[in-house]
Amino acid sequence: MKKLINAIPDVVKEQLEGMAAAHPDELKVHFEPNYVYRADAPVAGKVAIISGGGSGHEPMHGGFVGMGMLDAACPGEVFTSPTPDQMYEAAKAVNSGAGVLFLVKNYTGDVLNFETAAELAHGDGIPVQNILIDDDVAVKDSLYTAGRRGVGTTVLVEKIVGAAAEAGYSLDQCSDLARKANQYGRSMGMALTSCTVPAAGKPTFELGENEMEIGIGIHGEPGQKRMPLTSADEITEMMAMEIINDGAYTRVVREWDRDAGDWYDKSLTDAPFQKGDKVIAFVNSMGGTPVSELYAVYRKLDEVCKANGIEIVRNLIGPYITSLEMAGMSITLMKTDDEILKFWDAPVKTPGLRWGV
Amino acid sequence: MTVVTREQIVHWLELTVTVLNENKDYLTQLDSAIGDADHGTNMDRGFRKVAEKLPTVADKDIGNILKMVGMTLISSVGGASGPLYGTFFQRGGMAADAREELSADELVTVLQGAVDGVQARGRAQPGDKTMMDALLPAMAALRAGVTAGKDSLGAMEDAVAAAEQGMKDTIPLQARKGRASYLGERSIGHQDPGATSSYLILNALLTALKE
Ligand SMILES: Nc1ncnc2c1ncn2[C@@H]1O[C@H](COP(=O)(O)OP(=O)(O)O)[C@@H](O)[C@H]1O
Ligand SMILES: [Mg+2]
Repeated sequence: MKKLINAIPDVVKEQLEGMAAAHPDELKVHFEPNYVYRADAPVAGKVAIISGGGSGHEPMHGGFVGMGMLDAACPGEVFTSPTPDQMYEAAKAVNSGAGVLFLVKNYTGDVLNFETAAELAHGDGIPVQNILIDDDVAVKDSLYTAGRRGVGTTVLVEKIVGAAAEAGYSLDQCSDLARKANQYGRSMGMALTSCTVPAAGKPTFELGENEMEIGIGIHGEPGQKRMPLTSADEITEMMAMEIINDGAYTRVVREWDRDAGDWYDKSLTDAPFQKGDKVIAFVNSMGGTPVSELYAVYRKLDEVCKANGIEIVRNLIGPYITSLEMAGMSITLMKTDDEILKFWDAPVKTPGLRWGV
Repeated sequence: MTVVTREQIVHWLELTVTVLNENKDYLTQLDSAIGDADHGTNMDRGFRKVAEKLPTVADKDIGNILKMVGMTLISSVGGASGPLYGTFFQRGGMAADAREELSADELVTVLQGAVDGVQARGRAQPGDKTMMDALLPAMAALRAGVTAGKDSLGAMEDAVAAAEQGMKDTIPLQARKGRASYLGERSIGHQDPGATSSYLILNALLTALKE
């Protein structure tokens, strides 16, 4: 293992100390429990948007704390979900009284820990809701699995809902927008190499010189299938078509009923893409793939979308939701409407994403 | 043996700390086959914290002791197993209430509360290849034993045997919950790490009852 590390147990802590030192205008860091929060929190009258997850995906989530995006982010150990005390303390710190929306990537650990946190916050009288992000088309069904994982769409939802909260949306309006944007987004990822979790010291899986792993998540876990490495064009076309041709996806999610103080089941079905859809296209590096290669992917993605009657109206290209030093990329397409585009274009000022300011 | 004492409950928790530490690499190795290679580390991290706090509650009632364990696990384990085992001990503690000892019937009530809590939080069904596949058969055996007139020790022996069998029976199963479910058929042929830690925890209780 070759990494810029002082001591393995200090990896997350020292990263957070560095962030606090680098971005005092945007954010502050609280230790024990660990959370990153907006320097000007709580923002009067504004719904607080909180996310979190294992570390190792930087700039997500801590790098998205700031005006127009997240109010707080809870980082766990590398690739391990954070704990409810972090989320609960973060919620108390940034709640202005307008309530807290937890944006949760669909991994069992994240889901259960954020549910526990929501119960604690509710017990304190904080209005709260949990919305899941589950956009990975590599997971086909929800009946025999824990459901689609939360990947690239997470970044777009955090941006869009963060802007809506900034514009004065209520907790229920933010929740509805988050649910809709998640249902509009679909992603797929691939790896050229594995990655090494510092505590493990060796790569999570082995890939041969001429192999690639298709349909990966963001934790170095093996994907849907292993294939011989082909060209950027072929890989891009294959992944884009899986996303574009993905059928309706149905699953049951749990949302919080504030009046009953309990969870209830909600069945959601995502409609497939249609000719004429206007989308945000997001080409993401898993950490090790250079931006130059992402542009090669985007070039082909644009062509494939056009050929299928899908118009890219906005794009985001770069490393935003990474998997340590893994080489590889993911593609996300999110259908848009006026509401989504308005909040996508709204100003944002965070260490990881910044425009319009 | 008539009742389970507070001292035996504390001893159970001490034994669990030791057993999970000894099995840390084993549990992580099971999790690397069908998960993300952290179950042993997660459990060991949580129960080390429990060991630190145990002396401060050792003279409290059983409800308080178990709830402390639950809160500690919830705030230190992370992953799927943190909230699940945290709920196990919290709900067990709520069922134990202010009792300082447990009759055989009360032991059933406490463990039933604990297992029901895990099921409500994780919503795994039997056969999904999770810790429920060790916990549910163990509960059924414990209840059957006590109903048939066995004392806590005798019924717990049945429960641990059932947990061990349930744990082994996860090997041919295809996972439908948790990270392992993403592997589909590739999860078949491996023993579930959570079912294994559940067996170890119940077995530690049996050891404590024997002493
Ligand atoms: N929904 C669930 N209900 C009950 N147990 C579960 C569920 N999901 C996962 N588990 C258990 O959790 C174990 C994995 O725990 P751990 O490795 O600590 O967490 P993670 O999967 O988040 O890395 C699995 O072996 C399984 O027994
Ligand atoms: Mg694990």
